[in-house]
Amino acid sequence: MTRGFVGRRRAEGDGTPGDARSRTPPGQYLTSDFPVLSAGPTPHTPLDRWSFFVEGLVREPVTWTWDEFTALPAREWTVDISCVTKWTKLDMRWRGVSVDTLFEAVELLPNAAFAIASSDGGYTTNLPISDVLNGQAFVAWEYDGKPLAPEHGGPARLVVPGRYFWKSAKWIRGIRLLERDVPGFWEGLGYHNRGDQWLEERYSGD
Amino acid sequence: MNPIAWRLATMTAIRDETPTVRSFTLSIPDWGGHRAGQHVDLRLTAEDGYSVERSYSIASEPERAGEIDLTVERIDDGEVSPFLHDVVVVGDRIEVRGPIGGYFVWEAAGPMATEPLFLVAGGSGVVPLMAMLRHRARSGAHNPTRLLFSSRHLEEVIYREELDSLAATSDGLEVVHTLTRSQPAGWMGYNRRIDDRMIADVLAPLGMGSRSFICGPTALVEVAANALVRLGLPGDRIRTERFGPTGT
Repeated sequence: MTRGFVGRRRAEGDGTPGDARSRTPPGQYLTSDFPVLSAGPTPHTPLDRWSFFVEGLVREPVTWTWDEFTALPAREWTVDISCVTKWTKLDMRWRGVSVDTLFEAVELLPNAAFAIASSDGGYTTNLPISDVLNGQAFVAWEYDGKPLAPEHGGPARLVVPGRYFWKSAKWIRGIRLLERDVPGFWEGLGYHNRGDQWLEERYSGD
Repeated sequence: MNPIAWRLATMTAIRDETPTVRSFTLSIPDWGGHRAGQHVDLRLTAEDGYSVERSYSIASEPERAGEIDLTVERIDDGEVSPFLHDVVVVGDRIEVRGPIGGYFVWEAAGPMATEPLFLVAGGSGVVPLMAMLRHRARSGAHNPTRLLFSSRHLEEVIYREELDSLAATSDGLEVVHTLTRSQPAGWMGYNRRIDDRMIADVLAPLGMGSRSFICGPTALVEVAANALVRLGLPGDRIRTERFGPTGT
């Protein structure tokens, strides 16, 4: 217990409805902003030079142009996002294509077990495919009805709402399917390999 | 792998840096040390078990054993920073764990020790960069180094006197200030927000072999990092850390 600490929640009530509180994972606070975090400069790839690959353990590797990619069956997604830096933002509205749709196009081989997302600027993040299948992940190019801004990962970013936000690779350019797990950028720098925000899997060993 | 353990730290000193920024010294049992640029998580727990966590950059150099300094800006509508500023006194105990983060790190070792170093800070974004400058001074590094530091008013410049004295040791460090809102009479420094031209001018003496660390609000980080990319600094030599208005 911390001497003298009451917390805004009880001291004056922060006006958070119970529903919002139950949707806030442990150790997180709610924000209405959309904070920006990144390890390096924001890439600016022109759309006519942008492409998206799915390769590795697949029957038919594919590379889509921007026009082809954004013509894939897309939908609206309204999801809650939690960042390992402690903020949670509810009801974030995106438009994009399900990772299921991308995988259907290439047909995963039976030994494909892990997905490595790769981004402009060299960022990578790893996910077991069981964390991205069945509507758990999508690649978005619109946020809140507008094209996704570069600092938020535009032109397109992966979104995996069930994991801390570093797994939602900004500036994504492709996914590689592997049999064995390989740590991504932050996963190799002390952050948790899985990153489930409901289990507070922030750092290695949590 | 073992989790990064929560440790019960003791507050051993509190001092004002500016009217809204204070530094807190925490003595931490079994602290294994850190690298300049890393941060820690703090956890505050109320009597009924309600708890909050926040991340804060470490301001002190790794050479100080068993304790760290945190420098925290008071955010009026925050939940943790007003508590640290208004309630915590020397002798209080607070849970800490870390160090965390292995990328936004400068060490006086290997190639980094001799490469030109270009630091860009906005407001309290100077904190992890100060850990690098303190570490650099303690280690005796002489690599050409420049800090471009944006503050609103002179009285809001965090670590102003210490930066002056570090820059006076002629070990290759220069500090360049810009004051964006008000400037004292006779101010000879920059008086505008960081822009492409300022980045180019301040970087020029260091050259394109520089390594750069940028920390501040998102708008400043975007401007500075984009300018460095346009000037030709390779993207993997530019490391950024940001905080938004919610970084309380």
